[in-house]
Order: sequence, then structure tokens, then C-alpha cells
Amino acid sequence: MTDPRAADDRVPIALRTQALEQLLVERGLVDPAVMDNFIKMYETDVGPLNGAKVVAKAWTDPEYRSRLLADGTAAVAELGYKGSQGEHIVVVENTPSLHNVVVCTLCSCYPWPLLGLPPSWYKDPAYRSRMVREPRTVLAEMGLRLADGVEIQVWDSSSEVRYFVLPERPAGTAGLAEEDLVPLVTRDAMVGVAQVEP
Amino acid sequence: MSDVTPASGIHDMGGTSGWGRAPVPERDEPPFKQPWEARAFAMALLSMRMSGTNLDAFRHALSRLGRADYIDDGYYGRWLHGAENLLRDSSIIAPGTVEARAANLSGGLVEEPSAPEPARPDYKPTAAGSIRTVEDPPRFSVGQRVRAKRFEPPGHTRLPRYVMGHLGTVVGPRPAQVLPDTHAHFQGENAQWVYTVRFDPEELYGPGAERFALNIDLYEDYLEAA
Repeated sequence: MTDPRAADDRVPIALRTQALEQLLVERGLVDPAVMDNFIKMYETDVGPLNGAKVVAKAWTDPEYRSRLLADGTAAVAELGYKGSQGEHIVVVENTPSLHNVVVCTLCSCYPWPLLGLPPSWYKDPAYRSRMVREPRTVLAEMGLRLADGVEIQVWDSSSEVRYFVLPERPAGTAGLAEEDLVPLVTRDAMVGVAQVEP
Repeated sequence: MSDVTPASGIHDMGGTSGWGRAPVPERDEPPFKQPWEARAFAMALLSMRMSGTNLDAFRHALSRLGRADYIDDGYYGRWLHGAENLLRDSSIIAPGTVEARAANLSGGLVEEPSAPEPARPDYKPTAAGSIRTVEDPPRFSVGQRVRAKRFEPPGHTRLPRYVMGHLGTVVGPRPAQVLPDTHAHFQGENAQWVYTVRFDPEELYGPGAERFALNIDLYEDYLEAA
């Protein structure tokens, strides 16, 4: 039995957050300026643009693509991307016959240095529970309908390894330079729930 | 100090049902939709330092939450509740303190518990991060058939229930890492090899399962030779 009053007694989460911050600041345990810096880093500096630059480079530089697939951590560090949640990066490549997609069923582990913080769909219980059971159906619900012959590889990020999908370069982009390819690459494609559109 | 209690189980979502359709991704979704989410995120990161704990302890602090704290306040609400767990475990804040301050911020006149004497764990990692060098060679090799153990974890674990007891094939060696099951509870790093193990969906879910390959990273202690 649940007490119907219990739900009403829950402290609204924004107020709860304010209360904890006030307590910790009063006690000198956190510096609001340090908090502001963390927030600014993930709001403005570290996001999917990093990953898009990696992808565009891999599409235009075959030697970089080889290094990226052989040792993702070292190859993304060449572009300066490393840090929290990027201790060991494994890059998996999509091809016309193979589609990779990444999930974390236990929490929401995600390659922060390349993609920033995860979007809400990645943290959704439906995504976390069903991507390891019926990925083709889940991808279709999210707008990606794969041909029946395409093999699906799902990667559940249960250790400190972080997976990153190298999407297929879209047809009709052969004439585009690396910097023109960057804006085409979406966050969703680098997790494997979308393809890059030309 | 460390709370060695089993997870509530709510976090172990792999293969479970009843969660509805997958959401359609929004374009250009910002990292934080409301200002409090950003504050909760930053405090949660700092809570590990403040409480003298680590990322595995934080993950366990999340997985100890009940359904309401885990689901109803959203992702960063979950992080805030997890941070509070760590801060209470290390006696940085006393139980009831946050609720009392929230009441006072809303115009109440509630006596707040006084700040307790901190009791941070007497535990230091041997290095930054989770990856370690180990002397022993890997026990399992690529192509080998292995079974994920079935056990009731006394506290934290990164072995999800949906693979427990099932047979898979080692497809990739991964770097050795600290074992979350003991590191989360300040009982030692137990650094060991990690393997990517591939499972057939019919092995996990029975005949008629959707066709794909499921890859998951499992620590050596979670595996036995099949």
C-alpha cells in the first residue's frame, strides 16, 4: 500500500536542488563559481560538434579512419578530445550491411568528450530497456527503418569503455570538404539511432 | 560510510518491459532544459569529491533509489537524490536536513538538524580513473564460450540481470579496470580484465527473439568458462 499523502509530501525537485546548494555553499563545501564552470563546459564547450569533427576527418582522411578504428582513444586525443567519460573509446563503423547502436542499460554512460551530455531519449527507460531486446523495432519507432538484410550490433556500455559510432558517409557528398561535412553529422547518428543525411 | 545494500533493481532496465514506445529524438535538445537540472548536475559531480567517494559509489547511490526518486524527478533529479545519498553516507549532511531547508525556503519555520561530524571513507584509489595494469594474463580468450554468472549481488554490480546465467562468446579483450562491485564499497580495486561478450538474443529471450547481436562489457569475475 502506498500512502496517498506521500506523493504530496515530496519536495518539488527544483526547490530540493536549491535547498541542497544553499546548505553546501553555507558550509563552504561547494563554490558556486566552480559549479558554474562545470555547467558552462557542458553547455557550450563539450558537445556533439566534437564528435562531428572526428567523423568528418575519418571520412576524408583514410589514415585517420584506420587509426580511429584501431585505437579510438588515441585518435580522438589527436583532436584534443579526452577527459571524464572518455577514458577508453572504441569506435564501431557502420556500413551498408552493418548497423551499430549504443545503449547503457544500467545508467546512461555516454562518451562525454565527443558528444557532451546525453539527450533525453538516451536516458529514457524505453530506450534503455528495449534497445537490448528489440533494437530494430526501437530504431523504427525513433524514425530509422533499416532494411531487413542489415545486421544490427548493439553495444551495452556496462564498463568504463565508451562506444562511438562512425556513421556511413552519405551518397552525394564526395565533393564536400572536411569542414563542409561537419555540419551534416548529427548526435543521433553518432549513437546509432539515425543515419547522416546528405 | 559505505552503504553495502543491494540495489533497488529499478536501474537494471535491460530487457524489461512496460516502458512504452521509444521517444522520437528532438532536434538540438539542450543539455539542461531547466536551470535546476544544471545545478543538480554540478552538485552531483562535486558530491563525489565532497563525500570522499567515487563514481562507482555514485552509481550505487543511484541504484539504491526507490522508483519515485529514480523516475519521477527526471534524470537530474535522480542525480540529486544520488548525491544526497553519498553526502548522508559520509555524514556531510544529516538525514532530514534538505527537507527542513526546503520547508524553510518555502516560508516554514522548521528546526534544521545540525551538521554532523564528517565520516568519509578511509580509502584512496591507486591511480586516477578506472583503467589499471594487471600482471595476470587474461583468463578468457577471443572466441571462447563463457557464461555470465548468476548471483545476488550484496551491493553494487555492473552485471545486468538480463545476461545473468546466459552463454555468450568473448569477442574482444578490453583494458583491465577496477571492479565496481568492491570499489563502490571501498573494499579494494580488484583490478581485472574486462571482455566484450556477444550474446544471441534467442539465448537471452527465447525462440522468436528479434535477430541482432548483443555486445556487453563484462568483468572477469562475472564470467565462468562454459
